Amino acid sequence: MRFAPAPTASRRFATALSALAALVFLTGGGAGRPAFADTLDDAINGLASSSGEKISASVKQLATLDDPRAIPALDALCDDRLRAGADGRAWIFDSHTHDLKDPLTGAPAPAGARPAKEVELDNDIRRDAQPVLAQLQLASPDKAVRLAAAEELSKAGSDDAAVMLHKAYDKEKDRGVHDALALAVARLDIQSKDAAARLAAVQLLHKSGNDAMLGELQRLLSVGADGQPQEPDAQVRAEAKEALNAVMSRRRMITAVGSVIYGVSLASVLLFAALGLAITFGLLGVINMAHGEMLMLGAYATYAVQTFFQNHLAGAFQYYLVAAVPVAFLVTFAVGVVLERLVIRHLYNRPLETLLATWGISLILIQTVRLIFGAQNVAVANPDWLAGGVELAHGLVLPYNRIGVVVFVVAVSAAVWVLLYRTRLGLNVRAITQNRNMAACVGIPTKRLDAWMFGLGSGIAGLGGVALSQLGNVGPELGQSYIIDSFMVVVLGGVGRLAGAIVSALGLGVINKLIEPAAGAVMGKIVVLGFIILFIQRRPQGLFAIKGRSEA
Amino acid sequence: MRERLLQFHGRRGWVVLAVAAAVLIVLVPLLNSLPRSFPLSVPDYLIPLLGKFLCYGIMAIAMDLVWGYTGILSLGHALFFALGGYGMGMYLMRRMAGEGVYRSNLPDFMVFLDWKQLPWYWHGFQHFGFAVAMLLLVPGLLALVFGWFAFRSRIKGVYLSIVTQALTFAAMLLFFQNATGFGGNNGLTDFKHLLGRSLQSPSTKLALYIASAVALVLTYLLCRFVVTSKLGRVLTAIRDAELKTRFCGYESTHYKVFVWTLSAMLCALAGALYVPQVGIINPSEMQPSNSIELAIWVAVGGRGTLVGPLLGALLLNGAKSYLTAAFPSAWLYVLGGIFVLVTLFLPRGVLGLLTAARKRKAASPDRPVEAERPAPAERGAAPEKATVST
Repeated sequence: MRFAPAPTASRRFATALSALAALVFLTGGGAGRPAFADTLDDAINGLASSSGEKISASVKQLATLDDPRAIPALDALCDDRLRAGADGRAWIFDSHTHDLKDPLTGAPAPAGARPAKEVELDNDIRRDAQPVLAQLQLASPDKAVRLAAAEELSKAGSDDAAVMLHKAYDKEKDRGVHDALALAVARLDIQSKDAAARLAAVQLLHKSGNDAMLGELQRLLSVGADGQPQEPDAQVRAEAKEALNAVMSRRRMITAVGSVIYGVSLASVLLFAALGLAITFGLLGVINMAHGEMLMLGAYATYAVQTFFQNHLAGAFQYYLVAAVPVAFLVTFAVGVVLERLVIRHLYNRPLETLLATWGISLILIQTVRLIFGAQNVAVANPDWLAGGVELAHGLVLPYNRIGVVVFVVAVSAAVWVLLYRTRLGLNVRAITQNRNMAACVGIPTKRLDAWMFGLGSGIAGLGGVALSQLGNVGPELGQSYIIDSFMVVVLGGVGRLAGAIVSALGLGVINKLIEPAAGAVMGKIVVLGFIILFIQRRPQGLFAIKGRSEA
Repeated sequence: MRERLLQFHGRRGWVVLAVAAAVLIVLVPLLNSLPRSFPLSVPDYLIPLLGKFLCYGIMAIAMDLVWGYTGILSLGHALFFALGGYGMGMYLMRRMAGEGVYRSNLPDFMVFLDWKQLPWYWHGFQHFGFAVAMLLLVPGLLALVFGWFAFRSRIKGVYLSIVTQALTFAAMLLFFQNATGFGGNNGLTDFKHLLGRSLQSPSTKLALYIASAVALVLTYLLCRFVVTSKLGRVLTAIRDAELKTRFCGYESTHYKVFVWTLSAMLCALAGALYVPQVGIINPSEMQPSNSIELAIWVAVGGRGTLVGPLLGALLLNGAKSYLTAAFPSAWLYVLGGIFVLVTLFLPRGVLGLLTAARKRKAASPDRPVEAERPAPAERGAAPEKATVST
């Protein structure tokens, strides 16, 4: 908002406000009288007059009319953007385009308006105009404008601003603005000399639980230099104490909920990586160190699709993500199958060697991506429908992209579950997991399924890359930071268990984020790693061990 | 005694060893002292580089002890290396007290962080003997405790690899923090002198190189002693069939913990020799890729041979030094390709290739050939198969 009175002027501003409030009261607020368009028009044109008195009178008249349509004109006046046209009318000057616009309709000015000259203003007029602007803004149909006006008025801090705010507070219908007004009223009233007003303010704060006024509450409860409490009234003190507790507990809750939300979204990304790993590790007994690079490839595939849409399909840009999902899956699926056929196939039953070979593959993939896309991080934009978020409560925003990632991972997990537990293919795969030789004996094409499942595991990681690209920047070393975590998930959850992967991904993600506020990000990670190392001591088979005879 | 020595190495082996040791310890310094105009003279700048490679060689031999002979693939040996390096770094930092940028008694980074006192774990490191003892004992103790817990609960195969990697990763994160007290991101650097001699002077660098070469030869002898002893045969048995070994009455955990701890301490020694030669130690020495590269040196050279890993370390690091300068973007391809190709086609490494060629040439059945040793590639996998539910 542009409306910002100089701090030194607040006292005079208050006087002006009270005068205005009285005026509004005397004239019946203008609400009872029909506000004719031409009266409004006259008043606005009066703002561009050459005489200061005429401008002052017009400002007062606008206050009387109380019509929000005058906001642009007043705003322009306070901002030195109002011009007096050659035709004697007021025009708003646009400093970017150098156009003149009609203050009411926004239509461009006719040629007759030029040359326009600046309206001469002295500071008194400005000080008079600003509260009128705030008053009109409080009644504006635009929520954001009302909010900003309430904020400004409560900062100005005077009993008369309080009167205006109280009135607006009683009238306000919208819940968000109502809360903001309550806060603004409370901020003013808490400094009032009247104990009852202070009590009401503290009660309001208690009810809203908003932590913006924490300092004020603490001040009320603190003890001054003379050993006396800052707040003389015992009832107010008691209420303030309760309000403080309410605010603090609410704040703790918000932090906790926020940690859980971030933990869940971290868990979703881990889960993408771990789902694929659970399949390749559980089914093939292969430690795929290049698995993190599949995440990276998926993210770069998203970036490539985005770039393609930008260049060739700009109209459908909002839907590039829909196209990126299958592309990323197919790319990583193909890479996975090729890897399996070329390298991994020869290394079954030699897990340690696979580990080294796949590490080598990951180096090659990283370097290739670096040569194609450059070593710098690239940015993948959120489509509009994933930008922004819902505000669950004051100070707690749930971003759409994180919701989207969670929804996506739930859908993919469900699909994988259906594939593994409700299809013929899945039955075969599970048979191989339990006993490869027996499965081969009953005619399951184990070799072909190995390749497919390796591709599937890589493809799921590729989908994880799509999700990851929506949360942050994409770089060639993106996958490296996830590989250790996702191995931890698999080891913790038990090899080859979907449920184990899901539970341990969720657990690790949430625990990680819950420890973070207390111990810092790095210590959080160390604590979690230490915990896993200890855990594996106790249960080397993981949380959900497969019960079978093949265990050694 | 004579018999034990011959068991250690054949006659020819001893001769080769003596020649190699003489080349490393005597010939290279001699060539270095020649004037630069001689065709074979070793320039000064190569000395610390060679010293660095020899430290890697120590590390590779230590790694071979656990991986090649005992079948434990550690992805955390860089941790012990770095800890040894940090121990030496702490000594060097303490010795230059008052000579830093801030002229303070504390190391520069502590002054920078506005610390007033030396943390307790830094005390005593101004004494060389104490520092050396610590830089060997601390990694040794860590390895002992970790190994005891890990091997006692029968963590093996890829699980152990992942857990060691996680441990190293956690340690790296810890050392990256300023609050840990080891200089955070930048680590320890700007060393001035070692045992009263300037680290910048060529003679100190040469002395460090000779120390590394001597340490390498001693490490080799020690490891050779271990693997040719009865203990060594138990280790090989554990690698090839741990359950059977246990059934024969050998408590495999104790053997594994012993060889694990020994290997960790050798790595720490390598780290301690490495740091004064490169002049810096920071947490990136612990990053996962370093440990994995160590494994590939061993694999390239040939597991279970001791000489092979040493060759692998020298070969790969030489190639790295050359390629990262000459073809920077190609190096990762080469390294990645080596990872893939060696595991696919050279399970016994370069040395295995050489011995196989010699065997074909000499193809006489009654002569005992060194390459009769079981290839770890095929055998080492057997017990691990059980861990992964197939």
